[in-house]
Amino acid sequence: MIRLNDLKISYRIGGRTVDAVDGVTLIIPDNCVVGIAGESGSGKSTLMKAIYGDIQSPMSISRGSIEYGLTGSDGKPVTAENVRKEWFKTISYIPQSSMNSLNPVIRIREQFIDFPGTDSNKKRVLERARAYIGKLGLPPEAMDSYPHQLSGGMRQRMMIALATFFQPELIIADEPTTALDVVVQKDILMLLMELQEEMGNTILVVSHDMGVHYQVTQKMLIMYAGRVVEYGDTDSVFSDPQHAYTKMLIDSLPTIGDDSMRGVIASQAGGGGDRTFAVEPTLIEVKPGHFVAQPARQRQGELA
Amino acid sequence: MTLILKTEGLNKTYRLGGIVNAKQIQALNDVNITVESDKPVVIAIVGESGSGKTTLAKTLLRLETPTSGRAMVYDTVVAGRGAIPSKKDFLGLVQPIFQNPFEAFSRYRPVDIYLEETARRVAGMDGPQAEAAVEEALRSVGLKYEEVRGKYTAQFSGGELQRISVARALIPKPKLIVADEPVSMVDASRRMIIINLFKRLRDEAGRSFVYITHDLATAYYISDFIAVMNKGRVVEFGPARQVMSDPQHDYTRLLLSSIPTTTSRWRERRKVVAEPA
Repeated sequence: MIRLNDLKISYRIGGRTVDAVDGVTLIIPDNCVVGIAGESGSGKSTLMKAIYGDIQSPMSISRGSIEYGLTGSDGKPVTAENVRKEWFKTISYIPQSSMNSLNPVIRIREQFIDFPGTDSNKKRVLERARAYIGKLGLPPEAMDSYPHQLSGGMRQRMMIALATFFQPELIIADEPTTALDVVVQKDILMLLMELQEEMGNTILVVSHDMGVHYQVTQKMLIMYAGRVVEYGDTDSVFSDPQHAYTKMLIDSLPTIGDDSMRGVIASQAGGGGDRTFAVEPTLIEVKPGHFVAQPARQRQGELA
Repeated sequence: MTLILKTEGLNKTYRLGGIVNAKQIQALNDVNITVESDKPVVIAIVGESGSGKTTLAKTLLRLETPTSGRAMVYDTVVAGRGAIPSKKDFLGLVQPIFQNPFEAFSRYRPVDIYLEETARRVAGMDGPQAEAAVEEALRSVGLKYEEVRGKYTAQFSGGELQRISVARALIPKPKLIVADEPVSMVDASRRMIIINLFKRLRDEAGRSFVYITHDLATAYYISDFIAVMNKGRVVEFGPARQVMSDPQHDYTRLLLSSIPTTTSRWRERRKVVAEPA
């Protein structure tokens, strides 16, 4: 279980401070897939980076804390201070456009050996890695290739293989399928779901695509302008969205078989404009496990 | 009925590798599409990466020469045998919109220069005329000239810049606009602004579009006709609603079943048991 306590993350740019994430308090349970949605600039990626422990200038945590509730590879609890040592082992990250994140000038097998803290016996590691990528639907020869020799879908599978090789407790996947075609995207998402069920760990999936969220996640987190505006079980969020912004995200995209006009509200509500909150958006539990920021205001048809 | 787009036996072969053991790749394999309509239309070309949809767009835009066959736009041959020789006439008839607007314009020149140059060189306007045309084009995509003048690409968001590329394409009043993945680089929450803009330009300004995409949901939303491509061939072609509601080809069915919808799940998801806080 991961607990975020009143987390505020700021960037210092040229003497000016921008709060990318502000006042986020929430609990992420174990053994589930949590989806994070929201437009560009809503703070999704910043929040993921902070949970991953990749906090570097100009980014900093200016208030609040992250409690991991995870046990590291050395048996000690993971904290914000030692999280970097647990990268790939207890917590791993599948970055945005990750199919381009493999080192282009070295063979894939070298990238497996390069892992921090890998078994010193390279041969044994490679044997295990070869068997593992086979399980993920990749030919064993793919280990001996350079990244450019593999298709986009294969590279993405390889990234997932690298990220899950040590069976981490937590995986953060930032837009894991954005650059892929629908057919390949479905394969990759099915693979992620299978792996999660097998490992029983937690996966945080950032995506723009509400369809992807509905297919993959069990809990949904909706962010807007650095705040969490809605958080609850995916079924509940989709069947009964509480916040105007969540409704807009679900309704704005076209669906096959539905000819109604789409995206009209999106261009008004999401089109930049005033992104400040008139009243502090505090999360209120409207149904068991389903939280929303200020339901009273959004019922008047305004964006909180 | 007006002939909007017609391709006749369009083939394109790329050679890969050395002189001795070159490999041939058939990017377009006997593509035959005929679109006739009384009103302007949106024609969607869908398919996976490597299906040949971008090669088809490039052929229509004369960025690639077909190995054989030809393409016609509004009764004018634009590619292959007998194609109109004048580049200026061609650009007055067919205009492109590319995937990445940050690459379509140089980083080192103000973007409005491109609009003005299109007005001068392609539409043959003089100074004041060109300025008026740029202003009108920007207004039709919901932007003001003052907001754009003298600014560089880095000062716009992807969505704004893509609207500027649409405005640029509109200046010579082309009959057909070929848009290759126009929204894939645009923030998802802003994509529908561009898509709705195409719809409006079709209905109000009388422009036809070839919309190349791998997003079947938006293709369904704006298209009148749809061509499904796989491995260089058009495997299914017809009125968009008919093709999407009653797909005949297995590949079309595969594409449709792979779309992540918010109505039915591929796989059952276990409910997470709430833990005590």
